[in-house]
Parts: sequence; C-alpha cells; structure tokens
Amino acid sequence: MSIVLIAVGSLLALAAIFGAILGFASVYFKVEGNPLVDQIDALLPQTQCGQCGHPGCRPYAEGIAAGEDINKCPPGGESTIAALADLLGVEAKPLDAEHGESQGKRVAYIREDECIGCTKCIQACPVDAILGAAKQMHTVIVDECTGCDLCVEPCPVDCIDMVPLSVSIRDWGWERPSQKDMHLGQKLIVTDRMTDTSKDPDDQEAA
Amino acid sequence: MRKLWDFHGGIHPPENKRQSTSRPIRIAGIPKQLVIPLQQHIGAAARAVVEVGQQVKKGELIADAVGAVSVPVHASTSGTIVATEDRPVAHPSGLSDRCIVLEADGEDLWTELQPCPDYKQLSTAGLLAKVRNAGIAGMGGAGFPTEIKLHPPKNDKVNALILNGAECEPYITADDMLMRERADWIVKGLEIMAYLLEPEEVFIGIEDNKPEAIEALRQATQQTKIHLVVVPTKYPSGGEKQLIKILTGLEVPHGRIPADIGVMCQNVGTAAAVYRAVRHGEPLISRITTVTGQSVRSPGNFETRIGTPIEFLLQEAGYQAESAGRLILGGPMMGFSLSHENLPITKTTNCILAATAEEFPDPLPEQNCIRCGMCEAVCPAELLPQQLYWFARSEELEKAESYNLFDCIECGACAYVCPSSIPLVQYYRFAKNAIRLSQAEHQKSDKARERFEFRKLRLEREQEEKAAKRKARAEAAAKAQAERKQREASSDTAANTGRESDAASKQAAVAAAVERAKAKRQNPAKQNPKESGQENKPLEQQLQLPSTEELKANIEKAKAKLEKVRAALTDAENKGSPTVDKMRAAVTKNEERLAAAELALRKASDAAKHTNAPSASENAPSAAERQPQVEKVETAASALDSEALQANLQKAEDKLAMMQGMLTDAIQENDPKKVAKLERAVEKNRERVASARKALNAVTDPVAQQ
Ligand code: SF4
Ligand code: SF4
Ligand code: SF4
Ligand code: SF4
Repeated sequence: MSIVLIAVGSLLALAAIFGAILGFASVYFKVEGNPLVDQIDALLPQTQCGQCGHPGCRPYAEGIAAGEDINKCPPGGESTIAALADLLGVEAKPLDAEHGESQGKRVAYIREDECIGCTKCIQACPVDAILGAAKQMHTVIVDECTGCDLCVEPCPVDCIDMVPLSVSIRDWGWERPSQKDMHLGQKLIVTDRMTDTSKDPDDQEAA
Repeated sequence: MRKLWDFHGGIHPPENKRQSTSRPIRIAGIPKQLVIPLQQHIGAAARAVVEVGQQVKKGELIADAVGAVSVPVHASTSGTIVATEDRPVAHPSGLSDRCIVLEADGEDLWTELQPCPDYKQLSTAGLLAKVRNAGIAGMGGAGFPTEIKLHPPKNDKVNALILNGAECEPYITADDMLMRERADWIVKGLEIMAYLLEPEEVFIGIEDNKPEAIEALRQATQQTKIHLVVVPTKYPSGGEKQLIKILTGLEVPHGRIPADIGVMCQNVGTAAAVYRAVRHGEPLISRITTVTGQSVRSPGNFETRIGTPIEFLLQEAGYQAESAGRLILGGPMMGFSLSHENLPITKTTNCILAATAEEFPDPLPEQNCIRCGMCEAVCPAELLPQQLYWFARSEELEKAESYNLFDCIECGACAYVCPSSIPLVQYYRFAKNAIRLSQAEHQKSDKARERFEFRKLRLEREQEEKAAKRKARAEAAAKAQAERKQREASSDTAANTGRESDAASKQAAVAAAVERAKAKRQNPAKQNPKESGQENKPLEQQLQLPSTEELKANIEKAKAKLEKVRAALTDAENKGSPTVDKMRAAVTKNEERLAAAELALRKASDAAKHTNAPSASENAPSAAERQPQVEKVETAASALDSEALQANLQKAEDKLAMMQGMLTDAIQENDPKKVAKLERAVEKNRERVASARKALNAVTDPVAQQ
C-alpha cells in the first residue's frame, strides 16, 4: 500500500516540479513578438500599397496569421501567394481580383516643372521616398519608391505619373532557356551542344 | 623543364584556328562613323566630357572615369562628335546603351601625347595614373579595369604574376597573332607590370598549339627573368583559375579571387596596351580582333579602332552575307549570337565569328538528362553540372547555390559533351540571374520595411510633439488672456501693447479658421467615397449578371470617361483654349477604348451563350434584340455612376478650393513663378470641376427623365 502511495506521491511531486519549471520558462523565455507574423511579413513584397485592405504589409501579415485569405496582395502576385501557401501549409489560390491586378514594377515620377511643392505626396508616401520641402519642387528617390501609387491621388495638380521600370542593359539577365530560343539559335552560345566536329581544317590537313 | 600541374576535366574541341593565322595582322580602315560605348568595362560607365559638334583629335579624352572602378574612353580617330545617345551595343540582351558617335574627318591626327622613354623614372603613382588615364581594361574578355589590378598589394606580396597567352577557345587567334608579331611590346608591358607588382616570379603561359608565338616570345624574353611556360593544349586552360592551377598548383578557394592567394593574372593584349600607354603615352583606341568563320572570304586578324561597326570590319574580311548563318561575338564556347551587324567593336571584342549554317547548325532539341555523368567528368571547376542542371531547371535556387553554382565559369565544356544536348550553360546563367534578382528584391523589400517602420515611428513622435505643442499653446493663450484681463482691469494700458495683443489674437483666430476649414475640406472627401462605396454595393449586386458584369462595368467606366472628355472638349472649344487638340486626341482615344470594351463584352456574351448550350437556340438574340438589354443595364449603371460622379465632383471642388487658397497665398507672397504654376493648376482644376459637373448632369438627366 505504502509503495503505491510513495509512487503516486513521487509522481505528483515530479509533476509539480516540472510544472513549475515549465511555468517559469514560459514567463522568462517568452518570445517577443509573433514569429509567424514576422515570417509572413518577410514574404510580403513590402510595397506598402494598402491594396490588400490593410494599412501596410505588416498589418496584412497579422491578418493572415489570424486566418485571413492569402490571396489579397496584388504586388506580390502569384509567387507571393505560392510562398505563403508553402509557409502556412495551405492551398495556393489565384489572386483575388477584388484587390486589383498585379502589375509590372513601376516607380513614381514627378513632373517637376508642374509641381507646386504642396508636400501632399510626401505625406502620402509610406516609405518616405519623396524628397522636397514645402513650396519647393519634389523628387522621387527611385531606389526607395515601391511603386505603391499612393502619392498619385493626393497631388492637387496631377503631376505624378507611375512609369514602368524599364529593363536597362545593366539589370538585364539571362532567361530560362526555352524551346523557342533554341530554334532561333539566338542568345545561346554556340557549341554548347555537340556540333558537327568533322570540319576542322587543321584535322583535315593533318590527315 | 618546370613542373606543370593539371586541372580537372577539360575538353579538346576542334581548334579551327588556322583559318585566321595564315595572314599577318592587317590594319583595318577607319569607318566614316564610329560608335564608342561609354561602358566597355566592368564597373561604372564613363561620363561623356565632350559636346555635340566638338572637334576632337585621335586619342583625346571623350568620356572620363566615374568613381574608383571605371576607365575613361578616348576618341579612336580625329573628327567631330555628332551625338551622345543610346545605340545598340554588342550585348546578349540586344539592348542599347549610351554611346558617343564620332564622325571621322579622315585625317586621323593624334592629340599631343606624352611619351616616356624610361618608365623607371616615374613614381608608382605616376605609372598607375598613366595606365588609368589610357583607359585600359582587361582585354581578354572580362574588361576589369587594369589599373586596379596593378596596385601593389599593401600587406601580402605577389607570389606570381601570370601573363595569360593560352587563348584556348576555338577560332580565336587575336592573342596568338599579337604574340607572333608584337612579342616585344608584350614583354615590355609585362616588365612594367612586374615593376609595379614586384612579384616573386613572372610567367607567360602559352598553349603548345602556337609554335610561332612561342618562338617569338622566347626571343623577346631572352634577357629577362620571365619564365615562358608552354602548357598542353586543353580547353579551358586559358581560364584564370585553370591557368593558375597549371602553372603554380595553387587553387583559388571558393568565393575568392586570385589576388587572395597572391597571384595576379593579366592578358597579353593588356600587356601590349600598357606598354603603348607608358612608353608612347597612347591611350587604348584600337585592339586586335579576329574575324573568322566560313562566311568571310579572307579571315584573319585586324587592328581595329574601338567603335568600328562590326559590319565594316566584316566587309574588310570579305563578308558574304548570303552565306551567313550565325554571327557570333567571341568564340564558339563562351560567345553569344548577335542579331545584326551594326554594333560597335569594344575594348573586349576579341573575335567576330561569321559562321555558315553548315558550320554551326541549329542546336539539336533538348532531351532528358540520362545521368551519364559526362558533364561531371569534364567540368574544370569540379562542380556537379548535372545536379546544378536539375536544381536550375526546377528553380531550386538555394540548392543550386549550395552546390557552388557561382563557381561555374560558364566555359560550356559540360554542354559540349552532353549527349542529350541540354543547353546547360543557359540554365546556369538563368539560375545565377534569378538568384541575383531575388537577392536584390529581398534587399529592396527589407529597406522598404525599415523605412515604413521608421515612418510610423516618426509620425507617432510628431503626433506627440504636436499634441504637446498644442497643449503649451493653449496654456500660453489662457495665460495671456488672464494677463490681459488683469491689465484691462488695471485700465492703464498702453495703446501699443493693446494693439500688439490684438494682432496676436487675430492671428490665432485666423489660424483656427484655417484649421476648421481644413477639417471641413478633408472630412467630406474622406466620407464620400465610403458612403458611395456602401451605397454602391447593393446596386452593384443587383446588376451582377454572371461572367459579363465586369466587362459591362468597364464599358460604363469608358463611357463615363468619354463623356467627361467630350464635355471638356466642348468646354475647351468654347473658350478657345489651346488644349483643344489634345482634348480631341483624348476623345478619339476614349472612343476607341469604349469600342474595344464593347467588342470584348459582345465576344464574352457570345461565348457565354455558346456555353449555355441547352437554351442557346431560343436564347440567341439578334444584335438588335440585345440592344435594349444593354441599355437597361446602362441606365441602371448610370444611376450607380451618378453617386460616384457626385463624389468626384465634390472632390474636384474641394481640390479647386484648396488650389485657390494656395493661389491667393502665393499672390500675397509675391512669387510670380509659383503664381503662374498655380494659375495653371487652378485652371486645370476648374476644367475638371466643370467636366465633372457636366458628366454628372449627363448621367442624372436621363435618369430623371425616365
Ligand atoms: S497589397 Fe500592398 S500593402 Fe498589402 S501586403 Fe501587398 S504590398 Fe503590402
Ligand atoms: S513615391 Fe509614390 S509610388 Fe513611390 S513609394 Fe512613395 S507613395 Fe508609393
Ligand atoms: S552530360 Fe548531359 S545527360 Fe549526361 S549527366 Fe550531364 S546533363 Fe545529364
Ligand atoms: S560551364 Fe560551369 S558547370 Fe559546365 S563545365 Fe564549365 S564550369 Fe563546369
């Protein structure tokens, strides 16, 4: 009998000790922030355009963590949806058209001779990509602009355009080889396949 | 006999070099027009320092280096600058880049040069400046600024300086001919480099398939400490890392450069250019380029001015355009196809290969990898090409990177032996680019996130500061009022102070009014879209006819816009404003857009009808029958639109009011430039209000009539 009591007692004691340790750990090693939100936020494009219905990417990340649909971000497009689906282990869905379509990369361009320096665009820009002081013309820092469109509407003189980012020779890159390229033989290095090697005059002369 | 090492893999493709070595180097003529790109090297593009119409002499600086990693560009002959613009350049993308266009005057007069008979008289810095100012960039193909590679290392010393004369790629013989005919320039250039770098050993590495060049170099190096090392012919022994391995047995570790292991590699062409620059003060304005392939009648090597159109050079070699298949820049292993001949020769153009279709038949179609492992056996970088291919194909970029994709030198040996004729190198290039792109994107989005967070913080702080200020102001005002009351009570107020405080209180009142007005202005603008949005929804839902409703909405939008533009046009015509033409163009554009939208709708509804097969026969109405239906939708949609239009009008009016306020401010400030701008803006906004009102009327009237 006493053996049973001892066993039960010691188990209870152990449970109490471990419970206390766990309780301590949960208080002292508490993870700051929400790692899932961080992970989701890392996948969002950070355009901060608000097309998803949230005031920025992080709030949408929080929304997704709370169970919102993953297909509301047009700038991210299908690739972001795929990445999110991968992270969350859910099915990838097509982009929800209600929030707009994904467009190519664009940046804002201010026609400077029309700008009156009202600073309205500066206030609208979510990433402080517009430079200028009151009553002076404003300029967009192209490298910082995320192409979110938010500065276009507030401009009283409509001098902001969204221009597509053109591919310059410096940021051009090779594309995936396709059957089409191969047929044309364009843009492919030449003897990267076996070509007819019998026509080397050196060899012929040697023979 | 020195001990030589061997590198892993390698191949022995047919050399095809003899065609272009049977004739001595010919001096190519000077074309009428030269197109000189500002970026012919790795690093920042040079910046043009000449103006259109300016006369330049041969060798004159026309574009200066920008920053540390850059080289200047010089006029290749004397003449007139006719343009600085984007022109197509020899690049796999086929895109254009900034070039200076120089019209030759035919005299070919040198600018004043500064020769230097004895380079040892010059300081290190002086010598380096000469190399830099001559615009020399690695002429083997990469185009890295030579001066940077000649800076003596500060702490470690250079164990070996290697002059790369291997020239292992088939067809190319530019270095071979240069070594045969101008071995003394090369050796003297190498001596200058050695003087700067003070290496322990100096090598010239040359493949054993160039006996004439070896002989010439042997003669030229007789009195020197330079080791002439003949290496067995094997592609790609001319690869920097491969040649280092052959000559020294050293391997460049992953992710490092040869300088990290105390080795410096230079190309033979670069050495000759350094000699010309130091001894004669000549900048780099020409190079030796091989023109070969079965489509040219007399293949050979040409001393070509930088900026010469490829077409011109091809003509010099007897180009037969009819027989031409592919035009290749560089060699058949690592070069790329060009889409046309009107592209300029640059400092790195070592070969133009005009091949017939039989010489370079179209590649066979790609087949599945049979995992034969031949690619792995030949890879000089000791990679696993097959694995890299699988990862690149399935876009598993991280895995590709962890299999050292970036160590691939894109030599093409793997693709050359692949029995399935898979374009392996293209896959690697694609994967490398995709990795770089995604890294850049990541960086950008990280930056955007940071800036967004920072802005949030800043806004919060400003809010707090504002609140604090407001509080302080309120307190101050209360205090002032109390004081004034006190003073009034004491009745002995000096007239002056009274006026002053009066002014102050007036100012405060004005500020308050402005604040109020602002709030008013902002509120309706903020509420309106919301309201209209809410009211729109049910209507929209009523309207929803499956599959075509979107298109209909599009039509509505297009119609509304068209009307707006039309209204604006009549407006403009009445006023005789100068924008009439523009407006007219806008109207036609919008009409086109509307037509397109209607067409799309018709197509869609037709398609829908086809799919609704059972009821198709009874339900196939003629265009006339369909009309009223569309109209009904239209009027319903107009009702819906009127809300939006009203909101628009409101917004436009608000904006106009704001602008007018700004204009009066500007007039007070007496800023004529701004006044003009604002006047324009006010005018624009007034037009917009008018058109919005008209559009609204146009929509509401028919609704009211019904
Ligand atoms: S829609 Fe815009 S704000 Fe929302 S997550 Fe995408 S980029 Fe960020
Ligand atoms: S400049 Fe305009 S488009 Fe660019 S990030 Fe700022 S608000 Fe968005
Ligand atoms: S050589 Fe071609 S087929 Fe053979 S393993 Fe390599 S990639 Fe596959
Ligand atoms: S192209 Fe790259 S993977 Fe292929 S053999 Fe050359 S170094 Fe190796």
